[in-house]
Amino acid sequence: MSVSRRAFLGTAGLSALGLTSKTALDAFALQPPHEPAPAPAGTRWAMVIDSKKCLEAGDCTKCLDACHRTHNVPAIANRAHEVKWIWKEPFEHAFPSLQTDYPPDALRDKPVMVLCNHCDNPPCVRVCPTQATWKRSDGIVMMDWHRCIGCRYCVAGCPYGSRSFNWSDPRPSIAQITPDFPTRSKGVVEKCTFCEERLAKGEPPACVAACQAKALVFGNLNDPESDVRSLLRSHFTIRRKPELGTRPAIYYIV
Amino acid sequence: MRDRHVIIAALVVFVGLLTFPIWYARAAGTTARGPEPKLPATEKTCVMPVEYMRASHMALLLTWRDDVVRRQDRAYVSPDGKAYTKSLTGTCLRCHANKAEFCDRCHTYAGVTPYCWDCHVAPASLKGSGT
Repeated sequence: MSVSRRAFLGTAGLSALGLTSKTALDAFALQPPHEPAPAPAGTRWAMVIDSKKCLEAGDCTKCLDACHRTHNVPAIANRAHEVKWIWKEPFEHAFPSLQTDYPPDALRDKPVMVLCNHCDNPPCVRVCPTQATWKRSDGIVMMDWHRCIGCRYCVAGCPYGSRSFNWSDPRPSIAQITPDFPTRSKGVVEKCTFCEERLAKGEPPACVAACQAKALVFGNLNDPESDVRSLLRSHFTIRRKPELGTRPAIYYIV
Repeated sequence: MRDRHVIIAALVVFVGLLTFPIWYARAAGTTARGPEPKLPATEKTCVMPVEYMRASHMALLLTWRDDVVRRQDRAYVSPDGKAYTKSLTGTCLRCHANKAEFCDRCHTYAGVTPYCWDCHVAPASLKGSGT
């Protein structure tokens, strides 16, 4: 029995592939599934947004104005370049998984206040290659603008559109700069930080402090006596896109 | 010695070229003296001794930055026991209110352009410039 040179090389090649592919397949199979971190144990900041109260206030933009003024958020007309920390989104867009063909008039096309959800399982944090964004022990999804390299993975990763990229220097688009807070620079991603600089001083977030309708309620989710917990006890609340498993910390009364 | 004029003319040109840096610096108004940052009149002590601040203020600022942003640690106690808040605009610029006369003088002299001011706002620089 003779084996041609060609057949021998073919068999040897296939055998080598068979031997090595087992190792490669094992390596892929051993990749542990992503386990979301447990919810924070101590303080867990969260917000309840009462959309009914918010809608009763009509065209009120007090929370938006307060947030944008406090944090030097630029007002950019070009929608492709706009920077958003807290904004109004039509109900159908904010809650696409709750779509019905016949939404009640009270909600149809009505604006809902949306902001960063400060998820328990934040996809933006998973994809950030520089740890410029991370989950704090009090639940806040924090950003270090010094460390952001502008790769925009987090913008792609966030299912809520809560992250904005600075395509140009934002300073010319800021009407009145607040010197106490930095602006951002070109090439940096930014988003709501739950006003961590105000929380450090014991003050509520700027949007919550500015809302006179008391539609935005802020508090510690782990404290059964907190305002947010008592609202969650007494009302049926929903969260945005719960099916994604991000476990947002912004609850809505609709 | 029929070449005397040529030699003298060439010597003058040579000495002129040799001393060109001196004339150039004189004309441009630069001197060999170091920068003279204007120190605040109200405060006599900084968060660290002046020698340390002069050499290593950038290291201190980077540490403060990481402490505040990443570790939520905003309290600072100086070696002489005074308490401060770790903040560039809130603490440093409160005394060193004039960025142009303090920060910029040394930075310009040393030819460094720190990017702190791309984002952080110096109160004095707000006036007129629109930034």
